[in-house]
This record gives sequence, C-alpha cells and structure tokens, in this order.
Amino acid sequence: MAFTFAAFCYMLSLVLCAALIFFAIWHIIAFDELRTDFKSPIDQCNPVHARERLRNIERICFLLRKPVPLLPLQLVLPEYSIHSLFCIMFLCAQEWLTLGLNAPLLFYHFWRYFHCPADSSELAYDPPVVMNADTLSYCQKEAWCKLAFYLLSFFYYLYCMIYTLVSS
Amino acid sequence: MSAPAGSPQRAASARMQPRLGGAAASGAAAGPGPAPRQQNGPAQNQMQIPSGYGVYPQNYSAPSGHCFQGPGKMTSLPLDDQCGDYYSGLYAVPTQNVVTPKTTNQQAGAQQIYGRAPPAPHNVGSTPEYFQGAASSASHLYTSASQPYSSLVNHYSGPAMYSANSSAVSQGFPSTCGHYAVSTVSNAVYPSVSYPSLPAGEPYGQQMFTSQNASTVRPVRDNSFSSQNTALSHPSPLPPPPSQQYHQQQSLSGYSTPSWSASGPPSTQDNLVRNHTGSLTPANNNPTNTVADSLSCPVTQNVQPPKSSPVVSTVVSGASSARLPPTANHLVEPVASVTQPSELLQQKGMQYGEYVNNQASSAPTPLSSTSDDEEEEEEDEEAGIDSSSTTSSASPLPNSYDALEGGGYPDMLSSSASSPAPDPAPEPDPTPAPVPTAPQPSKVAKPFGYGYPTLQPGYQNTAAPLHPGGQPCSPAYSGFQQYTQQYPGMNQLSSSLGGLSLQSSIQPESLRPVNLTQERNILPVTPILAPIPNLNLDLKKLNCSPDSFRCTLTNIPQTQALLTKAKLPLGLLLHPFRDLTQLPVITSNTIVRCRSCRTYINPFVSFIDQRRWKCNLCYRVNDVPEEFMYNPLTRSYGEPHKRPEVQNSTVEFIASSDYMLRPPQPAVYLFVLDVSHNAVEAGYLTILCQSLLENLDKLPGDSRTRIGFVTFDSTIHFYNLQEGLSQPQMLIVSDIDDVFLPTPDSLLVNLHESKELIKDLLNALPNMFTNTRETHSALGPALQAAFKLMSPTGGRVSVFQTQLPSLGAGLLQSREDPNQRSSTKVVQHLGPATDFYKKLALDCSGQQTAVDLFLLSSQYSDLSSLACMSKYSAGCIYYYPSFHSTHNPSQAEKLQKELKRYLTRKIGFEAVMRIRCTKGLSMHTFHGNFFVRSTDLLSLANINPDAGFAVQLSIEESLTDTSLVCFQTALLYTSSKGERRIRVHTLCLPVVSSLADVYAGVDVQAAICLLANMAVDRSISTSLSDARDALVNAVVDSLSAYSSTVSNLQHSVLIAPSSLKLFPLYVLALLKQKAFRTGTSTRLDDRVYAMCQIKCQPLVHLMKMIHPNLYRIDRLIDEGAIHVNDRVVPQPPLQKLSAEKLTREGAFLMDCGCVFYIWVGKSCDNNFIEDVLGCPNFASIPQKMTHLPELDTLSSERTRSFITWLRDCRPLSPVLHVVKDESPAKTEFFQHLIEDRTEAAFSYYEFLLHIQQQICK
Repeated sequence: MAFTFAAFCYMLSLVLCAALIFFAIWHIIAFDELRTDFKSPIDQCNPVHARERLRNIERICFLLRKPVPLLPLQLVLPEYSIHSLFCIMFLCAQEWLTLGLNAPLLFYHFWRYFHCPADSSELAYDPPVVMNADTLSYCQKEAWCKLAFYLLSFFYYLYCMIYTLVSS
Repeated sequence: MSAPAGSPQRAASARMQPRLGGAAASGAAAGPGPAPRQQNGPAQNQMQIPSGYGVYPQNYSAPSGHCFQGPGKMTSLPLDDQCGDYYSGLYAVPTQNVVTPKTTNQQAGAQQIYGRAPPAPHNVGSTPEYFQGAASSASHLYTSASQPYSSLVNHYSGPAMYSANSSAVSQGFPSTCGHYAVSTVSNAVYPSVSYPSLPAGEPYGQQMFTSQNASTVRPVRDNSFSSQNTALSHPSPLPPPPSQQYHQQQSLSGYSTPSWSASGPPSTQDNLVRNHTGSLTPANNNPTNTVADSLSCPVTQNVQPPKSSPVVSTVVSGASSARLPPTANHLVEPVASVTQPSELLQQKGMQYGEYVNNQASSAPTPLSSTSDDEEEEEEDEEAGIDSSSTTSSASPLPNSYDALEGGGYPDMLSSSASSPAPDPAPEPDPTPAPVPTAPQPSKVAKPFGYGYPTLQPGYQNTAAPLHPGGQPCSPAYSGFQQYTQQYPGMNQLSSSLGGLSLQSSIQPESLRPVNLTQERNILPVTPILAPIPNLNLDLKKLNCSPDSFRCTLTNIPQTQALLTKAKLPLGLLLHPFRDLTQLPVITSNTIVRCRSCRTYINPFVSFIDQRRWKCNLCYRVNDVPEEFMYNPLTRSYGEPHKRPEVQNSTVEFIASSDYMLRPPQPAVYLFVLDVSHNAVEAGYLTILCQSLLENLDKLPGDSRTRIGFVTFDSTIHFYNLQEGLSQPQMLIVSDIDDVFLPTPDSLLVNLHESKELIKDLLNALPNMFTNTRETHSALGPALQAAFKLMSPTGGRVSVFQTQLPSLGAGLLQSREDPNQRSSTKVVQHLGPATDFYKKLALDCSGQQTAVDLFLLSSQYSDLSSLACMSKYSAGCIYYYPSFHSTHNPSQAEKLQKELKRYLTRKIGFEAVMRIRCTKGLSMHTFHGNFFVRSTDLLSLANINPDAGFAVQLSIEESLTDTSLVCFQTALLYTSSKGERRIRVHTLCLPVVSSLADVYAGVDVQAAICLLANMAVDRSISTSLSDARDALVNAVVDSLSAYSSTVSNLQHSVLIAPSSLKLFPLYVLALLKQKAFRTGTSTRLDDRVYAMCQIKCQPLVHLMKMIHPNLYRIDRLIDEGAIHVNDRVVPQPPLQKLSAEKLTREGAFLMDCGCVFYIWVGKSCDNNFIEDVLGCPNFASIPQKMTHLPELDTLSSERTRSFITWLRDCRPLSPVLHVVKDESPAKTEFFQHLIEDRTEAAFSYYEFLLHIQQQICK
C-alpha cells in the first residue's frame, strides 16, 4: 500500500475523465439540438426563426471551433488538452498499457486539430457545412464513440488506481 | 452577429468628406428638403450633374475638417420611421387584396361571379390589344393562351362585357395594381388550367349538356370500378385528354380527322390493360370515359363542346401551349406561373362561382388561419398506419410492359404524341407539352425538343438503336414524325417490346452491352434525352419534368448494399425555380398536406376511399378535408383525385397568411459598385447604368419596390434619392473601420416615387468618377454597409468588383503564383483566404439578403474568397475575366446580355426549400448556393430561375416493402409582387431489386453532374488531384462492377451498358474542364469560377459546359428541319468533339452553353464565307467577329435561324465568336475538343485504355 505517482495519475485522471464525459455528453446534446429542428413547420418558414436558427448553429459551431486566442470558451481545446495531459502523465508514470490505450485517440485529436479544410481556419464544425447530414452524423458518431471510450476508461482508471494502491 | 441596423452606431469618429469640393458648401445651403437634418447629420453634397464633377478633383484625398458628432442619433430615428412605413405598407397590401376582388365583382356584374378570375384569355381572344396589355401587366397570364381562344371570338362576342371588365382589371390600374390584377387572376381557383377550345355556346345550355354527359359517363366508371380491385381508387383522368385534346386540336386547326378514330381503341386498350394489371395506380376508369366521349362527340367539336371537357380540363393545362402561337414564346417575361382564368369558369361560373369567390376573398383574412388546422397539428399524432407498400402486389414494371402489348399501342402513342402537330407553326420552345396529358415527359425534351425526324442516311445506323420507334406512326402523321421522336423512350419501348416481358425486352436497349473501345461513334447524332423512368404509363405521364427534377438513377436500388454494388452515385438534380411556360397555380384555404411528414398532396398519393388518402412518403393515412372534396373545375363533389394538385406533379400554391409571420417583404435591390480607378478604366459603369436605365421598369416588383446605390473606392459613397430632392445627393463615409449609414431612411427609396432621381443618378454615374485616382478598394466595409442597409427588409445586393479588395475588413492578398498555373501537381488556394466573406454571407442569409457578385477583373482577384459572399447567401456569381468595355467587346456584350437577363428575370425572396423523400431514403450533402438550416431545409435568401441544386442520397432502410419512391421539393418564397407562394415538384421513381435494372436506369447526364459537384467539394477539402482520381475511379468502379456482375462477356474488353456508354466520355470531358484540368495553363480565378458554376448551374446548362455540342453548318440542308415560328430550322447532326471531324473545307458551330464558336476552315467553301459571313474570301474574315450579317441568302437564313433557335432554347443569349482556322483565338475553340489528345491529357481512346488497364488490375 503505497501512494505512488502512478496512483496519483490515476486519481487525477479519474476526476478529469468525469469532465471529459461531461464534454462528450455536451457534444451529443449540441448535435442533437442541431439535428432536430422541428419546432413548428410554419415557424421554420419564418425569417425570425431563420435568424435564431442561424445564430444557434453559429453558437454551437463557435463553441466547438478551433480556439482563437482570448476566447477560452470553446470546448474542443480543453478536451484535447486534458486528454493530452493524461497521456503525458501516463508517460511519466511509465504506465505503458494505459498510454497505449490512449494513444490512438491522442493521434486522432492531433489529426483533427491540425487537419483543416484547405486554407480555412475553421475546424470541421463549419456553420455552412455542419448541417449536411453526413457531417452531422459523423460528428454525432464521433461524440458517442468518445463518450463510450471515456466511460470505459473511467472504470479502467478506477480499477488501475485501486490496483496500484493495493498491489504495492 | 449582425447588429440591428437601428441600433445607435458609434459614429463619433466618423468623418465625412465632402466629395465635391465646390458643391459642398452650396449643397449645405441649398439642400431642398431636409435642411435642418443636414446640419446635424453628415454633409450632404448636392451632386451637380454633370458639370460639378469636373471640379471635384483632389478634395477627397485630404481629410476634411467636418467632423460630425451625432450621425448615430440621427440614423436611428429615421430608421424607425422607415420600419414603420415598411410594415404599414406591407400590411396595407393584404387588406387591399381583400377588397380588390369585390370591386372586380362589381365591375364584372352578374356574369362574372368568378370575380377573381377575370376572363383574360377570352378577352384576349377577342381583342388582341387587350391581350398585350393584360399580358404585360399581369405577368402571370400566359399570354399565348390567346391562340386557342381566338377561334372562339365569335362565340364570345356576345358578352362583350367580359372584355371590358377584364381589361379594366388588368389594365385599369397602373403598375401598382398590376399586382392586384395578377392576384385576381391567379386566385381563380384553378386557373392554371387552360381550356383547350371550349367552344362558346350559351353557358346554360352547356351546363345542361355537361350534366347529361356526366350521367352517361358515370355508369361506365362504376363498371370499371367494380371490375377492379378497389384498393386503388384514385382514378385519374389521364387518358381522356389526349384524345380530347387531339380532337379539339383537329377541329380547331381545321385538320381533317381521319386518324382521330385511332385514339379511341388504344385508350380502351389502355383501360383494359390497366384493369388487368390492377396496380397501385389510378385504377383508371377514365379511358372508358374517353371512349364514350369520342363516340358521342361529333367531329365538329368547336361547335358542340364535349360536356366532359370540364372533367378533363384539369389535366389539359400542358396542352394549350402546344398550340400557342410561336410569338408567345418569345415573350421576354419569364412567366413562370401561368394562371389562366378558365373559360370554363367564366361560362359556368354561375353555379360554383359563388364558391370560388367566397373562397378566394376569404383567403387573405385572418379567418383562414383557423381553417388551416393541419399546420398546427404536429402534436396530434395518430399512429402512422403501417407502411405497407403503396401498390397492391405486382411490381409496376412488369405491368407497364404488359400494357404495351398489341400493335395498336404505338399508334396511340404516336397519335397522342403528335396531336399538337396539326399546328402549322410549332412554337420555338419545344418545352410546352405537345401531349396534353403528359406535360412532364414531354418537357424532358426541352432543350432538344425536336428530334431529328428524318435522319440523314449516313447517320441512321447510329441512331437506329435509339429511336426505333420513330416509324410506327401511321401515314397520316408522317408529316409530323418529329413529334413522335420526342418520346423515343416510349416509342422505343413500345415498338421493341411487343409482348415481351421486362427483362428480355429492356436488355436490348439501355442494357445492351457496348464495347467502348470498338464503338467508334459513341456519341449519338441527336441530343441525349433524359431517360424516362420505367413507370406505369399513367405515372409516367404525371411525373415531374426531368428539366426540373432529375435523379441519377431512374431505377432506385432496393438496398444500400445494391447501390454500393452498382458503384454509381445516387442523388437528385434540381432546378426548382425554372421558368415554366405552364404552371398550375392553386389558391385554396387549405393546402392539403400529410399530417406527420408535411408532404404536400401530389399525384402519387393513393386515395384509400373518398375521404382518406395515404401519404406516399411516410404512408400515413390522412383525411381529405371537406374543401378538397369539391372540385371547382368540374363543379363536382367527391372527386378529390381530380383536383389539380393531384393531376400535376408541378404546382404552385398561393400560401395563406399562415405561412408568414411577417408581411411578405417588398422587392429591394441594392447595387454596390466599385468606382476605383481600375473600375472606371474597365468602363463597366456605362454598361451597367445603361442596362439599368433600360430595364428599370422591368425590374420585378410591385409598388413597394425599393432600390438603392452604394459606390466605393477607398471610401464609401451613399446616394440620397429621397423623393422631393431636386438632385441625387452623394454622401461620403470615409470611416471604413466603423461604417455607418448617414441617412438610413433615404438611401433605399421607392423605385416609382423616386424614378426621376434614380434616372438622373444613373445618367450621371458613368461620368462622375472619370478622373479618379483612387486605386484602393474597400469592398469589405462597403459590404458591411450594404448589410446594414438591407437588414431591416432583406432583398438582393448586387456587388460589382473589379480588383482585389485592398482596404478595411476583408482585404485580400494575391495568392496566385502564375508559374503554378499549369502545374500538374498541387493546385493551392481553392478555398477562401479569410472567413470574413463567409461570415458576412451567413449574416446576410439570416437577414434574408442575397449577395450576387459580378467580378470584372483583369488580374487575379481571389474569387475563391470573394465567392463565399454569394455561396452562403444563395446569390449567384458572374465572372468576366479581362473585362474591358472597349478592348474586349465580346466580354462587354456578354455583360450586357447577362445583365439584361439578371435584371428582368423572376426572383423569389426569403425562400426556403425543403426536400422530402420516401421513408427509407435520406439526404446528405447538398450542392449549390444556400445555407443548410436543417438536415432537409435549405435557406435561400433569394431564388432565381437560373439556380440549380444537387443533393446526394443514401438508402438508410431497405425499400423492399415498396415499389415506388417519391421525392418532393417544396420551395416557399415571396414573389416580387409580395405574395407568398409554394412551388412543389414531385418525382416518382420505381424501386428495383436487380443490379441489371439499376444499370438500365442510369441517367448518365445527371450522374456526371452530381459527380462534378462532388469532385468540386473534394478538390476544395482535400486536393485537386484527389478529385481527379475520384472521377476516374468512378468510371473504373462502375464499369468493372458492371462487367463483373451483369455482363457475361470476357473481361479483356471494355464493356458498358448502353445507358452508361457516354460515362467515360463525360468524365474525360470533366477532367479537361477548366475546373479540374491540370497541365494546361489555367488561371486560378478561371478555375474557381468553373467550380462555382458546376455547383450552382442547373443540369441543362452544366451539360453544355461540360460537353459542348458541335455541328457542321456549312452545308445546312432543310431535310429534317423543324418549323419554328414560320422559320425553317435545320437540324444538323451532332459531331463528336474531335479535330478529326473538322475538315478544312467546312465550318463548324460549337455550342458551349454560354458561348458559341464558329470555326471556319482554311479552305472553306467560298460560297459559305460570302453568303453567311459576308466576306469575299477566307483571308478577309475579320479576327474578331461576333455577329453574323443578315444576308439575304438561303444559307445565311438557315444558319441564322439555326443559331437563333439554339439561343431561344436558353435563358441567356450566348455570345458568338467566329474563329478562323489560323487565328490565335482558335486555342479557345480547340480546348473544347475533348476527344483529342493534348500535351497534358489523354485522348478519348487512350482514356478508355487507361480505364481498361485499371479494371484489369
């Protein structure tokens, strides 16, 4: 029974993982809101509604967008950085298995962050494009997968924490 | 987000410079109207036209001392005023609308109980002058309607009151009331319907007649009903019209009628067939009806009208145009909605006129909202009825072929097809349906409407497989064979199928394997028509015109797996706001829609019984509202299936007030003009102002139309055009970092009230900036100002830009590296450099403002960034590379022509378009200019008739339980007259389960257009080479999938089904398109523009752009010519796009859609050069020749009539270039010869070999 650095890493990641789960759920809700816009069919023809709707889409996209300096509100960067933090911690703690499990997602995040449509400064969440059904379903699928991954890893961290605490 | 324009603007720092030095001082003193305001506000400079401009020189460059502190305050107040005005103005409209019909009624007196349906056409018939007047004032009238009625003049001459009244309606009120006149017309409940010749006869006598006939018909129908299984109901009166139509046609044109009898038997047969098929569709009792009619009706029908014609009439709408006088089609007015107050209505109105009238007049009142209960009934969810198939059991395909048995069939086809033939002078526009019952299929033929009836012997072998059905027509019709050619699909089926079953019969045609490498002449000599979906004959006739609505696969695969196996793209190509010559317009309190999916009722729904209908998209069973049970056209109750909504797959509804929460916006046009040195140098202002002056009265709009002008260089200039001023005032805002509106209420002014000022300004504008030395362009701030100006109402902003924006927000740098123009590797910078224009466009879209971009630049202007302003705001883009008004006359001419079209074409404001499809299919990825607001809802700030869209589809659920799928687009828009209208198109396609059938139904043109759209997306998101690979792979995949699954031939040869035989050719053409080509020097802007065009052009235009048509024109002969408008139009065969076809002895015409080239060979026949080009010999042909002289020789006449005919087929008049064989311009021409090898690209044959290699890998 010893409080190693590894145990600390797992404890911290347990807490942060909860935050990540929150982010993932938030994503799902946001995309769901985008997808279902069935307030009233008549309302949809109404220009005022059109404006509201546009703002809504822009707001959501904005939150998901690649962050610009001085605008810390976005959710994408915190998520990515928290996840990268895990990986660095596990690297330091020499928890290779855990690191290996997280590596694919880490690379995916890197790819997602740096791979923008040519020339544009925006991420995949682009107001004019995001409503295309395939983009939307892709984003939604991505969010669900992440949720599943974070949930599983939550329990994995819990197990690992107890294991490291107990084993030594 | 957009700041509401009324909000106080921080304008303390705003500095306004008097632009016109000397005038500034005097202007302040002499300002006529708003003198006090002038003191507070920005300096308003009287523009002294034109003398003042000489003086103004450098003053603008020095910041003026005038610093106004309070423009912000000032701006907000007037704005409120403006809003108030605006809304009150708007509200005034509906009330007036309500009143109008009443007055109409009063005028009309007892005869005109229809009130809202002024008898324009027959008015027309009697007095041609009225006709003109009515047509121009009420744009909805399809003017050409006069023809059918002209023969009736005598009959109608009795009630002279009619004409007087109607002329009062349509002409009496000036432009303002043009609107109301229109609404009266269109409110006539089913005015759409043009009644072929309803001979006059006294109303009463006729009614009696009608009832009689109805009684005779009914028993028959009952019989047929009883003999059929009942699930079908939905009798559709299709068959009668052809015969009827034909009949009347003949009697009208004085044709002898021997062949008439032919149509009787076939329809009986048709009926029999349908009985025995018993498929979902219209259990059609009507054929019987027809027979009865034809038997009972005397040939001299114009004297004794068939009683049943009211029954028929709904459908007939397509027909009248067929007989229209040719001139009508030349009407410049893009008359899309054809509302023809029916003769019938007028005559018979006595009885149900009341009804119509009530209905119509009550429409605009708030009451109607209650009646439209279905709108709010989302929550009232009755469980959807099980989604069993719409058809009873048998698949429709076999049925339809069963229907084709028997030798009589082709005859019927040809007779019905050629029914319009008796018209001695067919209209130039082939669109109007020659077959009354089948307006849709016939529209297929729009651009190519006239086949090549008598092919030149040399080409017949090639054509044979395509048009085997050309001959079946009986001798009586031999003179009109070309009409039968319009239905090659049907004819070919009917003749080749005989009594065969589907599989074996279809195999020879669209599935006939073609060995691509062996077949030398792959391109047919006749224009390619859209394949006709393999539907039951009735559905075929009802189906939407392929010009408006096309699917890449006319046979929808049953499952996604099957689609994947076929490796073909599935998607729709839409041209929803196309200029139509015939369009049923429906005014009704209740627009019948499905309760759960909100689908509009359409011809493909099934009526379960008299009171219920089953939605064809979600299969829910809905009630038929009481109002719908009554058919005003037939004055009969209980025949919902005969309402025009159910008889036409393209209809337009006048929306009730439920469809608007704010009053419909007025037409608002704002012109934002670049006046920097570069722009003045190019000289576009003269052309623009000139065509604006010419078309000022033709701008679509009503009495509320507003217009405004903003010019910019390094500062932004506004123009105060408020009524009451003696001269336009120029207001200069030099603070481009924080743009504000100097006088928000007087910048956008009523077109009619301030017309003189506007004209003054337009006359002065070209000369105002002649000495400018300002080279900078502050486009971004000007756009922001435009957005502020437009945001209270929405409307259209037309931006004219001539260079890279170099100041303020949205400034751009040159990104093009000229050395990379012909690079084969990477093409960069296809995406925007900044988000500014995209964000601005989204804001505009939110405020219902569309931005149209005219880019007239000589150097790189970063179109890829600038285009964003139009892309996301549903605007359109025009690009004139190296524009100069004098040095480049052909571009100037092009601008002139396009401006004319642009300014006068129809326009719809604050539009949304929703696309629905049968459960199981789903849409992803849309292509075009719009903002996607929801997964199936496109937000279109403006819609114009030249905008096309594409949608990609996927199959989410297996479609095994249905044999038909339907697609419906509903476009809700505000017309320029301030009416909310909904245009609905419905397309119905069969579902197939075998791969062979999927291949049989490929629409190769649609597929190639969809692929082009996808490739544009791909090249922007990843890279151009990726997109090119994807295009090649599309061919490789589909052909290899075909050869491995369907054809049994060995793999060493390249086999394609006949339906796909042009696929490789078209893909090669795409690869050599400016948008996708590599290796050939292509300027970045040209490339981006080609991409923009691919994204937003409708299919017909896009195909010409991808694969131009080449004709040999030095030996035009009359053989096979068609007659248009008393002119003989020769129909030369299509040549393949290869230099091997270009002989030195010939002259060739290439039709690239927006430009024509005439290539003259070196040793071209001197006769041709003399007679057609008007030059003594080849050497004396000028280098830049853009017009053919009007020479009085036969060959000149032929050539010109052919070119005119080609031009008439499209909205835009293309520019003509005469290219000599050795002139430098010939590269322009030769780059379109896509079958030839270039230094950077394959020839067609090499491309085939390349594909073959890939397949064998």
